Amino acid sequence: MVKGRHYDEMHGADGGVRAHFRALADWLAETPADRVAEKRREADLLFHRVGITFAVYGDDAGAERLIPFDTIPRVIPKAEWDELAKGLRQRVSALNRFLHDIYHGQEILKAGVIPAEQVLTNEAYQVSMLGLELPHRIYSHVAGIDLIRHDDGKYYVLEDNLRTPSGVSYMLENRKMMMRLFPELFARQHVHPVEHYPGLLLETLRAVAPPAARDPVVAVLTPGQYNSAYFEHAFLAQQMGVELVEGPDLFVKDGFLHMRTTSGPQRVDVIYRRVDDAFLDPLAFRQDSLLGVPGLLSVYRAGNVALANAIGTGVADDKSTYPYVPEMIRFYLGEEPILENVPTWQCKRPDDLEYVLEKMDELVVKEVQGSGGYGMLIGPAAKKAEIESFRARVRANPANYIAQPTLSLSTCPTFVESGMAPRHVDLRPYVLSGKEVKLVPGGLTRVALREGSLVVNSSQGGGTKDTWVVD
Amino acid sequence: MLSRVADRIFWMSRQMERAENMARILGVTSNLVLFGTRDVQEQNLLAPLAITETEEAYRAQHHELTLRELIEFMALDEKNPSSIYSCLKWARENAHAVRWQITSEMWETLNATWIEMRAIPRGRVTGAGATQFFDWVKERSHLFRGVTYGTIVRGEAFNFSRLGTFLERADNTARILDVKYHILLPSVEDVGGALDYYQWAALLRSVSSFETYRTLYRDQIFPIKVAHLLILERRMPRSLAACFDQVKEAMGRIRGQSDSAAKRLAYELHARLSYADIEEVFQGGLHEYLDGVLADISELGSRIQRAYLGAV
Repeated sequence: MVKGRHYDEMHGADGGVRAHFRALADWLAETPADRVAEKRREADLLFHRVGITFAVYGDDAGAERLIPFDTIPRVIPKAEWDELAKGLRQRVSALNRFLHDIYHGQEILKAGVIPAEQVLTNEAYQVSMLGLELPHRIYSHVAGIDLIRHDDGKYYVLEDNLRTPSGVSYMLENRKMMMRLFPELFARQHVHPVEHYPGLLLETLRAVAPPAARDPVVAVLTPGQYNSAYFEHAFLAQQMGVELVEGPDLFVKDGFLHMRTTSGPQRVDVIYRRVDDAFLDPLAFRQDSLLGVPGLLSVYRAGNVALANAIGTGVADDKSTYPYVPEMIRFYLGEEPILENVPTWQCKRPDDLEYVLEKMDELVVKEVQGSGGYGMLIGPAAKKAEIESFRARVRANPANYIAQPTLSLSTCPTFVESGMAPRHVDLRPYVLSGKEVKLVPGGLTRVALREGSLVVNSSQGGGTKDTWVVD
Repeated sequence: MLSRVADRIFWMSRQMERAENMARILGVTSNLVLFGTRDVQEQNLLAPLAITETEEAYRAQHHELTLRELIEFMALDEKNPSSIYSCLKWARENAHAVRWQITSEMWETLNATWIEMRAIPRGRVTGAGATQFFDWVKERSHLFRGVTYGTIVRGEAFNFSRLGTFLERADNTARILDVKYHILLPSVEDVGGALDYYQWAALLRSVSSFETYRTLYRDQIFPIKVAHLLILERRMPRSLAACFDQVKEAMGRIRGQSDSAAKRLAYELHARLSYADIEEVFQGGLHEYLDGVLADISELGSRIQRAYLGAV
């Protein structure tokens, strides 16, 4: 359990309700508890009903992947969001500049801002991307940036997700659910809409099509119905009105990518791929991949198809690259970072390693390549034996680990068994980069439903909330 | 439409229709064994295996041939790919894969059917509840077809669903009519006798056409007229002619590339059924005629696969 101070999203230090939460708090206060409870049951029922159709995906074993939904929204004032959005644009722009640079002139490496071996020997660095010109020089067209708010009230970037970030379908479904359950809440104040996300995504994807494609054909590439995020792939394809394709639906002919249709081959210009780099093309990457398309890389390199996100973006969202992002912003944009990075110790540095080994019971230690809350240790919450065994693992392979102070994630009121109680939340806004950088106000708020827990990942008992940006 | 998606929709519809027809075949068999004498019993039970070409698979698992085991095999056996159980499972599996290209009502119908199927006690199906089970399967199939017709947008998904439904139904009607070839009468003298009558009547009932026969022919039940009804009478929605009206219509709407071989055969079969003479059919032998039709349907299936649905 993590004790100590944390920022309360709803209440100020004096215990009063913050202005941007006022309308919601008033509504909660004047609405009879049984009506709220009834709405919660209705939400459960609705989500379960939709959930039956969503959640059966994937699992012949019958394990449903239904992420718990909390009916109390997380509210962000517009001015605060505007500042966040500015910081997100800045950060993602710099990361895209960085990706272009490391596959071209490598100025940042030459300048010694980031150690060259750190980038060039990174597993996610793709030599096949060297010298390739991408439309608008964009690599990470869809980025999900994980933010938390510390007890000092400031937002910190916890992680950049530049490969195939997921979760945006929950952002959209949560809003739809809230508007259906509590229309009167939306009448009380202006909540900035997010429903246009699929439209923005399609616009972004079409904007990065090969210039020769007049009316670009877009398709979403999914690993298939047994993938845990299949629902989202299908949902986004449907919302954008484009085909949802699997590897075997596609083939390469005469230097272009085509899909097999009942009326013959049809050319595809842009692939929004939700398949990892290694599985994209068995001729270029993993030979045993059945999810990809043989020859896709050659079409891509010839500039005849666009991939979103590009190949090789993982080098920029690696946890070992993360500490350098503020420097990237200064280097490429000549600006001071608007969003804070969490101070990070890199265990590959002897001094840092020593500190981390010593203070492990106070720190969060993460694997450089880990994700989804796996392969990490939360020092203050861990047992002695766990810390000991982790210490041995870090000592055996220091370069594989980073450590950060244990941040106290902010809390937001959440419905739990015993009623309403504060639970820790994070925030993942989605940043779309094409011809321009675009965001919808808000993002996905994840909430750790267990008391005191800081792990918001859905795979480990996390839920989601609607996220409101209000005037 | 993506070939993979069309393929799933085509087979989803075929499998649901096949489940219904398996229920019909088993229904008529259960009925026929009530009339048969002991010495023709085995022959009656063999008929469904013969027309579905599954005798070998059955023999591999069963020593005896009893109605209970036959129903077990044709209705519930997970390893028998054309059992009702397998058909419902795969119809649902295919729907699952194209969940976003069909309507939610279609998906929910197939999903609910599958969930109910799994909850049905096996002993009931092979015992006293057999007829009830067959009726349930037919109802679910009617429901699915109705839901499909009533909800899906008129486009390629609709076309391939219709194509699958009616190609499968034509195949099954031909097989059901052929049952009579496989079941024997105790002796030649019985031809035209009471038992013969009951067999033809049971066959008509299995395709919901007993009353239709009475209405259209106002006559005793004669084999040649039963054959006319099931093959050439396009007002009877399970007849070959009626099925091919639908097959032709669906194929006419599908916009393909290099699909002339498939379309040619579909239109040809349609024309043949439109202008056939039932007397001539009988002169050449009904069984031989039906065999030919089944071969053509199978060939048409392969051509559709090649033209639109990708390699098998």
